[in-house]
Amino acid sequence: MTTPNTSPGIDLDDTTRAELERAGVIVSKVDYLYNWARGGSVWPLTFGLACCAIEMIASATSRFDISRFGSEVFRPTPRQADLMIVSGTVTKKMAPQVVRIYNQMPEPKWVIAMGACAISGGPFKQGYNVLKGIDRYIPVDVYLPGCPPRPEAVLQSLNYLQEKIRTQDIKSDPAFTVGRRQYPVPEFTGTDLEPPYNPEVWQPPANPNAQPLEEATA
Amino acid sequence: MSNATATAPNYELIQRDGLDTGLLEISMGPHHPSTHGVFRMDVKLDGETVVDLQPVFGYLHRNHEKLAENMSYLSSMPFTDRLDYFNSMTNNWAYALAAEQLIEIEIPERAEYLRVIMSELTRLVNHVSLVGFFVNDLGALGTPLLYAFREREKILDLFEQASGARMMCNYFRFGGLRNDVPEGWLDRAREVVDRFPKFLDEYEKLLCENEIILSRTQGVGNLSKELAISAGITGPMLRASGESYDIRKVDRYGIYDRFQFRVPYSEGDVGDCYDRFMVRMLEMRESIGILKQALDGIEDGPVLGNAPKVFKPKPAEAYGRIEAPKGELGFYLIADGTPKPYRFRVRPPSFINLTVLRDMCLGQKVADAVIILGSIDIVLGEVDR
Repeated sequence: MTTPNTSPGIDLDDTTRAELERAGVIVSKVDYLYNWARGGSVWPLTFGLACCAIEMIASATSRFDISRFGSEVFRPTPRQADLMIVSGTVTKKMAPQVVRIYNQMPEPKWVIAMGACAISGGPFKQGYNVLKGIDRYIPVDVYLPGCPPRPEAVLQSLNYLQEKIRTQDIKSDPAFTVGRRQYPVPEFTGTDLEPPYNPEVWQPPANPNAQPLEEATA
Repeated sequence: MSNATATAPNYELIQRDGLDTGLLEISMGPHHPSTHGVFRMDVKLDGETVVDLQPVFGYLHRNHEKLAENMSYLSSMPFTDRLDYFNSMTNNWAYALAAEQLIEIEIPERAEYLRVIMSELTRLVNHVSLVGFFVNDLGALGTPLLYAFREREKILDLFEQASGARMMCNYFRFGGLRNDVPEGWLDRAREVVDRFPKFLDEYEKLLCENEIILSRTQGVGNLSKELAISAGITGPMLRASGESYDIRKVDRYGIYDRFQFRVPYSEGDVGDCYDRFMVRMLEMRESIGILKQALDGIEDGPVLGNAPKVFKPKPAEAYGRIEAPKGELGFYLIADGTPKPYRFRVRPPSFINLTVLRDMCLGQKVADAVIILGSIDIVLGEVDR
């Protein structure tokens, strides 16, 4: 059995490392230790919006058991949660509350957009009251497609998130440098949201047909 | 109606022991662990007693009806799955019943049997989960819900084998079912059905005479028979208030006239949370009886009549209703000769059952308001549509 490499990115040859470990010394980066602990205990928010919430609950029950990945502590209050799983359709009436809850969460915080509706509006995209993707207002870390995604998919999205957490650099990551990230809460005017999207987070995709002139002629 | 509706006492400022204590207003929801989704209750409290309650919904309004009016009849079928997302099979059936009235089509025998089997399995899923969530609201965090979801998974496996999806089955078609069940499915279904009573025994032993459940639910959230009928309450909630009314018996839609089953209802005129809980527990036993009879009676044959995929029904109206696990689920369609319905209206049981929430909560403690909401059994996808 090989010992796990506790010092990734540190220039240390194997013999020196083994010698140090025999003496009870482990050389590691703060980033590595911190991210290892963070990724192993992500606390999600108990936040069900629609159909996907049932599969989110199912992923926490005995058959799928999200606690194997350290995330069984669902907190009902945003002040104690790290991860927001936007599980379901975000309507225009609900979007301000979703952003407000996100703003209340302490750093570092992550978002999984679960299901087709949270990603893009899904089957209800044509509806007059459905927000076409929560990423218009808050940054999303993992997009989890499906309608609804299976509980196994929820677990996989958590694994992807943990992978992302492992690559975090404490010195440069916005979660640790700019303080608690807060985004302006849109206002529901009764018919639509004002503003329609947050330009800091999301920009409408460029029109693929509107090519620059030199590219089109080349 | 005047006697039946409870009225809020006129509190302005309460003086008690020389202290001036006003009313406390709290907004429970839309993000609240006990509201079963995105539902908000504006509660006015005197101490801990609820003196007024205003339900606020519309946080999950997904434009079902408007979307359905802009697509062909069959295209609406997957959308009905997402109304009451616990019970996609029964939603499918209610919609298929309404549309089948417009096109007058024969349904094969095997399809009728499978429809009954799927619906009763759905009823088991719904009731077992509801009881789990209800006890969760009472404070029994975890265990009963985990037991419930363990059983739910077994039935969802059956749904997945038959239709390819766990929750959003989209399995029914006008004139039958999309496909036949795979080989050996009926045996597996029988195995699940045969084992279910053993689980129910365990569940009942744990919950039905539990001291905490008795004291928290008995006499809480009373709903009189008179008010229940005048408010249009249906389903287990109406039966808990003492009225034996079940559309499976009244309409005998499908082939329900072939099965022997009883309709559990409460004898008294109390209609409290415990009655609503017990009626659901007893209904599961009856569902198992229906399932056994249906699994015995089913024979080989086709599962889909010759229904066209796109059709233009003559201008007509149709209303199809079934006894969904939550109450009367109806679909009202107006056809105008085009491939799309002119009007598509859903009669959602949980929305109409929710209308008496204020009457049941007045005078109760705020912690009981949570239980009362849990005992109504709402799903917000259906309430807001």
